[in-house]
Amino acid sequence: MIESIYEMIRSYLLQPAAHFLVPATFESEALYTLEVLVKIAAILIPVLVVVAYITYAERKVIGFIQGRIGPNRVGFFGFSLWGLGQPIADAVKLIFKEIIVPSGANKFLFVIAPILSLAPSLAAWAVIPFSENLVLADINAGLLYILALTSLAVYGVIIAGWASNSKYAFLGAMRSAAQIVAYEIAMGFALVGVLIAAGSLNLGNIVMAQDGSIFHWFWLPLFPLFLVYFISGVAETNRAPFDVAEGESEIVAGFHVEYGGMAFSIFFMAEYANMIMIAVLTSIMFCGGWLSPFQGIPLIGEPSLFWLLLKISFFMFLFLWFRATFPRYRYDQIMRLGWKVFIPITIVWLVVAAVLVVADVPPWFN
Amino acid sequence: MFEQIVFYSFAAMLVFSASMVVSMRNPVHAALFLILAFFTSAALWLLLQAEFLAIVLVLVYVGAVMVLFLFVVMMLDINVTVIREGFARHLPVGIGVAIMMLLSMGLIVGSKQFQLVQPEDLNKFDPQFSNTQELGLALYTDYLYPFEIAGAILLVAIIAAISLTMRKPRTHKTPKPEKQVSVRSQDRVRIVKMESEK
Amino acid sequence: MIETTKQYLQSLMLWELLKGLQLTGRYLFKRKITVQYPEEKTPQSARFRGLHALRRYPNGEERCIACKLCEAVCPALAITIDSEQREDGTRRTTRYDIDLSKCIFCGFCEESCPVDSIVETRIFEYHGEKRSDLLMDKQRLLEVGDMAEAQIAEDRASDAMFR
Repeated sequence: MIESIYEMIRSYLLQPAAHFLVPATFESEALYTLEVLVKIAAILIPVLVVVAYITYAERKVIGFIQGRIGPNRVGFFGFSLWGLGQPIADAVKLIFKEIIVPSGANKFLFVIAPILSLAPSLAAWAVIPFSENLVLADINAGLLYILALTSLAVYGVIIAGWASNSKYAFLGAMRSAAQIVAYEIAMGFALVGVLIAAGSLNLGNIVMAQDGSIFHWFWLPLFPLFLVYFISGVAETNRAPFDVAEGESEIVAGFHVEYGGMAFSIFFMAEYANMIMIAVLTSIMFCGGWLSPFQGIPLIGEPSLFWLLLKISFFMFLFLWFRATFPRYRYDQIMRLGWKVFIPITIVWLVVAAVLVVADVPPWFN
Repeated sequence: MFEQIVFYSFAAMLVFSASMVVSMRNPVHAALFLILAFFTSAALWLLLQAEFLAIVLVLVYVGAVMVLFLFVVMMLDINVTVIREGFARHLPVGIGVAIMMLLSMGLIVGSKQFQLVQPEDLNKFDPQFSNTQELGLALYTDYLYPFEIAGAILLVAIIAAISLTMRKPRTHKTPKPEKQVSVRSQDRVRIVKMESEK
Repeated sequence: MIETTKQYLQSLMLWELLKGLQLTGRYLFKRKITVQYPEEKTPQSARFRGLHALRRYPNGEERCIACKLCEAVCPALAITIDSEQREDGTRRTTRYDIDLSKCIFCGFCEESCPVDSIVETRIFEYHGEKRSDLLMDKQRLLEVGDMAEAQIAEDRASDAMFR
């Protein structure tokens, strides 16, 4: 269905546009550029809409867990619709707020920091496969690309903290830098386990290597790595219970204490975009991506985008559930967990995974 | 044509940011320009179809090493004027070191293994060619011993760095979380039933 | 030994965290206790201490005799009273001000009043757009009293046996 819609857009919109806009010699290049732009929009617009609505979902879920009902007033055309208009109202409010640059702040870095934190989390979507041939850039080093981009997100935080010229922001930046470096390693090792098991760095091939049934997915043979990856993902995105970079009880709001209006909301969007990214990667690498959990049964056993979305939603819900359940870690406990628990576990399980692969242990590796 | 435009723009950016690294007064700005330099050189490597090296450069240097660099540089309160005082005095030594490095770089680049890639060699691999796999094969077959030796040296360096921080005997007390989590309520609290007083 | 292994495995499998998640997960489906404020309201006590009012006797005569007990007892010094003799020889207030921005709604004025004149009503949804809006004078206090007299009398009757 998606393919046919895309074909329609291509033949009725892009080809005439390319034909009229540029000289005939560059027509094929222009068409290619337009196609890529349309694909990028087709990925990013839903992502940004989900980012807006995950804030609503978060307030609703946490409200429900705390015995409240969450936002329920702002709706459309006079109907309150369980508060579905809330994200739009928030966005409008934030857009119209003034961005105050503190005196003594480095203006260029102060403005560029939110952009630096949002850009990598959006760029990482380039290599995410949505089904067997629905992927923007089917590159061989997809996993490495993802790792490189997720490691860049820390710069937004560090530069924001330094450029704000504020001690709270600076402390937040320092905490975040140390935390992300620590968890990056555990995360990288967990992904090394995945690529040992799949034998490929291409995300599409990783999913196809999990073909079979729910028990062929990598969460079972790589269970400790699965846990480590997801928990490190929560830590990477600075989400509760690892949100010491914000730590509103000790350092006010951490790195974004000096930000307001749209600059602040871009940090917010980056955090949620990163959350979605981690959820997508966990479902692709450990939970069989677009494969159905009921493989083998007709109709519901078919692999489709629907299953991927279902898995992503589940992991997104876990993020919210964690935030509603766990108290914040103390800073030294975070460091201990990263360096002294996660990294040894991943190293041990890498050896186990290698042995499993070399020994062709069924049902996963034969 | 397109590739040349990309190459020259990235090369110009690389030279610019590299010169800014050494000429910036503010060390944090210098470190940020170094990050930009890493990025642009990664882009140049991508043009050479060395995607593994390019991504690893971003992953390791930009993602981890420079974070720690920035971490330290931001914490230091560097007095720029004091640093710049000895500029004229150290100039001869500096020039000597620069010439030595230039010579050694020339020797390496001029040697047989490091010949520049000829334009006709570019674009000869199809998109499905896996750079990573080839590199892995070369490292674990032809260059196994150098690779293992490098690994051993790095391990020694890690252990040395850790032991340097632990020179003093531990005198302070710290909580032991592994003991704390294993505590059960039965070990600590005794519930006593008592007659309530009238 | 077995105990240690068991604990070790439990902490590796995040047992306690799962128990915490189970607890909050149960609350996700519990009944929500939010009060949808403008539409729903929580019940009020008959002793609710809201906006002040000055009462009158049924014949329309104001109750206050300017004894100034409330002014004396007010811990926030929010009450100001001036008094003089009226033509019929009774003592009445010429001025009775309550500064609501000082008032702490302790209810001492109400307790101290010998003639049940100054009372606190159940009204709490009021606001002032200027500072002077929160400075209640005698005129406005009497108006509040006239408006809410039925409720005030009912609350006083229901609370009478405890006084």
